[in-house]
Parts: sequence; C-alpha cells; structure tokens
Amino acid sequence: MGKILLKRAVLFSVYAFLYIPIVVLVVLSFNQAKFSTRWDGFSLVWYARLINNSLLMEAALNSVLVAVSSSTIATLLGGLGAFSLYRYQFTAKRAYYGALYVLMISPDVVMGISLLALFSALRMPLGFGTLLLAHITLSLPFVTVVVYSRLSGFSPNVIEAARDLGASESRALRLVVLPLAAPAVLAAWLLSFTLSLDDVIISFFVTGPAFEILPLRIYSMVRLGVKPDVNALCTVMFTLSLALVFISQLLLKEERI
Amino acid sequence: MRLRNPTKTLAIGSFAFWLFFFVLVPNVMVAVVSLLSRDESSFVSLPFSLESYLRLSDPLYLMVFIKSLNMALVTTLVCLLAGYPFAYILARLPGRFRRVLVLLVILPFWTNSLIRTYAVALILRTNGPLNWFLVDLAGLRDTPLDLLYTGTAVVAGSVYVFLPFMILPLYAVLERMDPAYVEAGRDLGAGWLDVFFRITVPLSMPGILAGCLLVFLPALGLFYIPDVLGGARDLFIGNFIKNQFLDARDWPFGAAGSVVLTGLMGVLLLIYYRGMRRLGEKVL
Repeated sequence: MGKILLKRAVLFSVYAFLYIPIVVLVVLSFNQAKFSTRWDGFSLVWYARLINNSLLMEAALNSVLVAVSSSTIATLLGGLGAFSLYRYQFTAKRAYYGALYVLMISPDVVMGISLLALFSALRMPLGFGTLLLAHITLSLPFVTVVVYSRLSGFSPNVIEAARDLGASESRALRLVVLPLAAPAVLAAWLLSFTLSLDDVIISFFVTGPAFEILPLRIYSMVRLGVKPDVNALCTVMFTLSLALVFISQLLLKEERI
Repeated sequence: MRLRNPTKTLAIGSFAFWLFFFVLVPNVMVAVVSLLSRDESSFVSLPFSLESYLRLSDPLYLMVFIKSLNMALVTTLVCLLAGYPFAYILARLPGRFRRVLVLLVILPFWTNSLIRTYAVALILRTNGPLNWFLVDLAGLRDTPLDLLYTGTAVVAGSVYVFLPFMILPLYAVLERMDPAYVEAGRDLGAGWLDVFFRITVPLSMPGILAGCLLVFLPALGLFYIPDVLGGARDLFIGNFIKNQFLDARDWPFGAAGSVVLTGLMGVLLLIYYRGMRRLGEKVL
C-alpha cells in the first residue's frame, strides 16, 4: 500500500515539476493585473495588445515564412537522405550516420557561429536567405531519423518487386516508397516546422536587424524580465508547437513507442 | 553520358552535398579562424598564431570552462537522481496508460525551451507563485526566497529543460528489461538494495550512459538559461563564445573557445562510445 503511494508520489512530483511552470504561464497570460502574480480577474487584454503590435505581427509572419520554406526543403533533402540510407550501400555510410548524430547533439552555439563564419566568408547578407539555409541544416538530421525509422520497418523486397515488375528507380521511389513513408514524411515536416519556429540560438547568429523573427523578439523581451504580454505571446507559441507535435506524434503512432 | 542510376546519385549526392557544405566546411572554417589573428575591419586576418588558445589558458577564462563543466555535472547528477526512479516506475506501469504518460515526457522536448526557461523565471521570482506558496499559503517562511538570478536558479532551469533527455533513454532500457532477473535475485535471498545495485543498475547502464551524455553535452553549451535565470552574472562557455563573436568582435578568440568546447564533446563522445562497446551495445 505504502509502496504504491510512494510510486504515485514520485510520478506526480515529476509531472508537477514539468508542467506547473507552464500552467502558471498560461494562467497568468489571462490575468488582468499588470505587475503582480495575484489573480486580478480574467482578461484578454494582453492578447489584444499582441495583435495590435505590428512589429510583432511582422516578425511572426517572417517566422512562418522561414518555417514553411525551411521545413519543406529539409523534408525533401532529409527524405532523400533517409531513402539512401535505407536503400543503398555506399562508401562512408557510417560517416553519414555519424555526421547526423553529431549534428543532432552538437551545441547550437557551435552550429550558429560556424554558419555565421561560412556566410560572412561568402559575403552573404544576413537575412531571410541565411536564416533559411541555417534552419534547413538544423532540421535535416531530425527529418532523416524520423523518416528512416519508418522506412526501416518495411522489407526492402517491396522495392525489388516494383523494380522486377519494370518500374524505374525513381518510379519505385515515387509510387512505392513515398506512399509507405507518407505519415512519417508529414510528421517530419511538422517537426521541422516547430524546430524552425522555436530556434533561438542559431537564428541569433545568422539573421540581421532587417529580418526579425518571433523567437528573437521573444528572447529580447524575456531578457528584460517578466511582463504579461510576454506571457501571452509565450502561451500562443507554446500552444502552437504543442498542437503540431501532437499531430505528428499521432501520425507516427502506429510504429512508435 | 547517362548515369547508371540517376535516382541513387541524386539521393545520396544532394544529402551528402548539404552535409559537406553546411556542416563540415563551416566547422573547418571555425577551426581555421581560431588560428588566425584578430582584425578590426574584416574580423580575421593573417598571420597564423596560437595566441587565442594561449589567452584561453588565462585563469579568468579557465574558470569559465571549469564553471561550465561543474554546472553541467550538477545538472546531469540531479537529472539522473530524479529521472531514474521516475523512469523505473514508468516502465512498470500497465500499457495504455503508460503510453500517454511517456508522450507527456516527450512533448516538452519539442516545445520552445526559451519559453520553458521563462516559465521557470516566472515561478521563481520574488513575488512569484513559489514564494506566494511558501510565505502566504503554507507559512513555511517569513520572508520570500530570492532564488531568481542565482546559481541555484540556473541549475533548476537546466534540470527543467533537460530532464526529458535523461528520462527517455532510461525508460527505453528499463522497459526492455526482463523483470525475471529482479525476481530471481529476490528469490535467491538478496535484499532489494542488493538487487537494485547489482542487477537493475548494471542492466540499465546503457540507458544511464546515454541519458548522462544527452544531458551533459547540451548543458555544457548553455546559452540563454544563464541569461534569463542567472541574470548573466556568471559567464559560461556558451555566453563566452557568443560575446566574443557578437559583442567583443574577437572572432579568433571565440572560435578557439568553440574548438575547445567541440574537443571536450569529442572526448565525452569517445568515452561514451567506448563505454557502450564495453557493455556490448551497438552504437551507430
């Protein structure tokens, strides 16, 4: 009896630790009070202020633009990468894998400055273009791993059968592999969308003042301290990524966990 | 000339090109920059020198590295101590319920960690909910705790952000583990402490190693957590690199810091790789 209680207490406290700050953030974003954390009545005033802030809205639009384009290209590239890892034997395959994993765990600061060094050596002006290239690089390993783990659940004989029946390699890829991998491809797209929308550190290095995006606006606001309109903005961002991730997890559900 | 298999060439080629051009080349460039001299107008110039590395060995900057390592270590230990019992209990729960609970651990990973850091700041501040609870509601303290902008706050924030990285690999290993081993140990008369340290822990070693790596590495490169929760009072490697690149405009110095950080990570990865090999686990 006591043992079960103890187990529940452990589970409960970890979930409380993980979720209480978020719940507090969401609740306070609806709080009318400007300075205190005491409840002062329900209000949407901070959300209204967000919508009326044209600079913020422009940054949001820029963010969505970068996220949509970078995740589309990253999904294409990463999908092809996953397909090659699944289908072909080639030299340096292990190096390929290695690069992906190193990329996933290497600190964002390191990736940020290395891309900054590249872009400045190429004399590229910092803005949409550089941000796009950086976000594709950031999402690439995640897309590849998600798509690859779905593909590796299927027998390679499926492709061989298509080939034997006369399909060209690209036709087999389009008509056999792509439909099989479709849920994972969509999930990967959604995940890279959220990665792009949430990235602060890499974007911090590779964009200029001419092209501002939402996470960087949040970063500069957050550094100045706690404010209710920041609470509202953070709640919106949080809800958005939660929804996207939830959908992508549903898409991956059959094979995973 | 026609390629024998254009799809294959395109698939491998495009991906390899991207990794080469946007991962390998930039990192080599940083290594080269770290060996150049500082230049006011174009950031870097010849001649080659080791000066940046020599400057890093100054006690002032050595402390930055030691402090970062220390912070990463404390964060990893706290995550392990909190995450292990949690993962253990989670792995023994019945199926359907468990899936939802695991998803609840995964979800934060995909959300903005800056926002979650900010949420921690919201909780910890002097007139925030934690102090409201401690002072007004529970009456545990007479005066509010000044937690925000301290080292404790940075650790709390790091644990908050990185805990899922510890739990998931631990869970993956513990869930696979056959409970028969534990039962056999108990049947043969071992106490539960004995069973835990001589059966469960060794069997879950791959998960422990992976979890520690996944927490320690990102914790080493902390960037905005010290900014938001520590008030940027203490300098960590991540902040140091950023300052050198964007504020002090001393690229070779910042690049040298980044190379040392990458080197540290390489050593850790090597230790991890050797450890996993010794445990008979396949890596990569």
